[in-house]
Amino acid sequence: METLAALGHGFAVALTPYNLLWALVGVTVGTAVGVLPGIGPALTVALLLPVTYNLDPTAAFIMFGGIYYGAMYGSSTTSILLNTPGESGSIVTAIDGHAMARQGRGAQALATAAIGSFIAGTIATIALTFVAPAMVRLALLFGPAEYFALMVLALTTVTAVLGNSLVRGLSSLFLGLALGLVGIDLQTGQARFTLGIPELLDGIDTVIVAVGLFAVGETLYVAARSRYETEELYALRGSIWLSREDWARSWKPWLRGTALGFPIGALPAGGTEIPTFLSYLLEKRLSKRPEEFGKGAIEAVAGPEAANNASVAGTMAPLLALGLPTSATAAIMLAAFQQYGLQPGPLLFESNPGLVWGLIASLYIGNALLLVLNLPLVGLWVRLLTIPKPWLYAGILLFATMGAYTLNNNVFDLILLWVIGLIGFGMRVLEVPVAPCIVGLILGPLAEQQFRRALAISQGDPSVFVTHPLALLLFAIAAVLLLTPAVLRYRQRRLAS
Amino acid sequence: MKMSWQAIGLCGLLALASPVQAEVQGLEIIAPASPGGGWDQTARAMQAALQEAGLASGVQVSNIPGAGGTIGLAQFVTSKQGQGNALLVGGLVMVGAILSNQSPVSLDNVTPLARLTGEYELLVVPTDSPLKSMADVVAQLKADPGSVSWGGGSAGGTDHILAGLIAKAAGVDPTKVNYIAHSGGGEALADVLGGHVSLGVSGYQEFAPQIAAGKLRGLAISSDERLPGIDVPTLKEQGLDVSLVNWRGVMAPAELAEADQKALADLVDQMVKSDAWKKTLETNGWLDMYQPAGEFQAFLAEDRAKVEATLKEIGLVE
Repeated sequence: METLAALGHGFAVALTPYNLLWALVGVTVGTAVGVLPGIGPALTVALLLPVTYNLDPTAAFIMFGGIYYGAMYGSSTTSILLNTPGESGSIVTAIDGHAMARQGRGAQALATAAIGSFIAGTIATIALTFVAPAMVRLALLFGPAEYFALMVLALTTVTAVLGNSLVRGLSSLFLGLALGLVGIDLQTGQARFTLGIPELLDGIDTVIVAVGLFAVGETLYVAARSRYETEELYALRGSIWLSREDWARSWKPWLRGTALGFPIGALPAGGTEIPTFLSYLLEKRLSKRPEEFGKGAIEAVAGPEAANNASVAGTMAPLLALGLPTSATAAIMLAAFQQYGLQPGPLLFESNPGLVWGLIASLYIGNALLLVLNLPLVGLWVRLLTIPKPWLYAGILLFATMGAYTLNNNVFDLILLWVIGLIGFGMRVLEVPVAPCIVGLILGPLAEQQFRRALAISQGDPSVFVTHPLALLLFAIAAVLLLTPAVLRYRQRRLAS
Repeated sequence: MKMSWQAIGLCGLLALASPVQAEVQGLEIIAPASPGGGWDQTARAMQAALQEAGLASGVQVSNIPGAGGTIGLAQFVTSKQGQGNALLVGGLVMVGAILSNQSPVSLDNVTPLARLTGEYELLVVPTDSPLKSMADVVAQLKADPGSVSWGGGSAGGTDHILAGLIAKAAGVDPTKVNYIAHSGGGEALADVLGGHVSLGVSGYQEFAPQIAAGKLRGLAISSDERLPGIDVPTLKEQGLDVSLVNWRGVMAPAELAEADQKALADLVDQMVKSDAWKKTLETNGWLDMYQPAGEFQAFLAEDRAKVEATLKEIGLVE
């Protein structure tokens, strides 16, 4: 009851016209930066910090919250329409989302993403209101051994995106794992596979690889084939609204995506990518039409999009309850707290309830604003795809190149983008799926670091992975996910013969 | 926001009204790190203070992140040589990164201009830890060095260097330090709070709120003397002859004309005396460790020798 009263007060703070205006500025700016691959919410908040110095802290944080959510919305838009994920959290969306756009169902993909994000954001914010402290206690139980188990679980996602040929799928996965090794090894500080190039010391950026493989590689491929391709790509078909069937296929993935996204987002090393992977895997396993995955299944957009927005609310839990930043954006918001002379951390709820509850309430409001902002725009966005193909392809390539440059203001990233883009083109020609590469690139380094950390702490004793109950449970789930399809196939064959 | 536009307008007016004031134009401050980190915040604070105090106009901050600041350093050295309108922010971490990354350029290729701020390191344990003081830590280190896991930032960074210095002062082989590197402060803090590592090493600010909330206990601080308002004993008090400050400073390009170098040094000197800068230090909780060029160069020589020796002893640099 006390929580509800506090939240009510929060709404009173957030709904003043002045703060509402800043929420609107935040979601608009956030959507814009989410659309650009290079500029993320972290950079935007950092750039705005000095400008907001004289602003009332509550208004500033309401705006920052809006930017964070808005970026997730904007990023899914470009993933679906242009196959160019703006943030790593919406890479999975591009797989089926862009396939839908090519079939003329871009509007439905955008709508399920927007509504799913809204529902996930709302439920997760409610969860943030009531269970943040409990969530954080659970999150702290996760040590390196548990994280390693979680990464292994997420790696089983690769089975859902391998494609028809095991050899091709695994080659792609190993390419990703190898790319993930490039850079300074965190535990020893030694450079690996950097070829003496200083720009490679920090590793290869996930967004560069995703944009290279998806946007550049794919665009080059369709452009190269356009002379032979008689199929009318991107043409809009039928209504732009979600049909009854679309709704029926979307609502469960929304809820399941939320259930994955919020708790994993609250984990200090969880991030937004892992829940989107798990959601994709889960939806494919539960779907009656798994064969549609990768070719434009609406569930594969609905689930991951809900998951990434829920994880954003999840990252707020340790930030507000503990002062623990779990993402780059959260880290900058923490710096912002300090700029205003606020003591972030466990005492923030007590020392500054107006700000905390105002921020939580503004997350609800930001979500509603984003839905209102995005749904009517769907019709306008999809019209982007009706511009003549040469223009569209050139536009995507230009846009991807610009985004890669803004990432680090570094020409080297452009070379890297185009080298990876050409590899992506080659992979498409040879029918090697690109998604396993991305999964390997993101999860490989994370899994390796946690594995080695766990062994270093235990001084080389590998039993930590089975003596920690949470880790063991996660390994068991991974084993079930990995083995079930094989067992089912075996039984079907036995029954058939 | 309205205020800052007025301030900018005011600066413009001041610039027009007082042509005698030597104002540096088009100054570029390079932060060799991503937005939000300590170097970026320092660069942006300088930008704000310089403009607010009317010392410079059109100050730009560029982020060139990567490899502990050595990417930004390399670009600064190659593209800004001899130019009197560029500054580079750096610090202790850069000194270590130059060595461990075998960077082709070093601080010999820039002109150290001033040390600006600094932060002391803190060692912490969860409140329910059996380790109550540094004596307990040293005893356990001597018995079984690997059983003490130190959670901190990247390998070879300030936190790792401090762990090596402490081991050496305690008479334990620094290569045996079981250092668990984390990327970013939040991850290390979570491992300390969750009790997954024996103790945490990081800047004071990072742990202060957790200590205030009674979740962590401070074992030692890396300053020479106790700091006012911080109830944590120093390492020296506890018999370990170690002190370390995670400083941040600013460099100018190499091969500057004498007049340019003096102009930049004066600019920084006037900036640190401005009210805007003092206010920034206060709100961010940064300690004022200003040293002008002469003193800073002597300090830097000493610090580089200390860091190099420690990195060799912990086996990160050959």
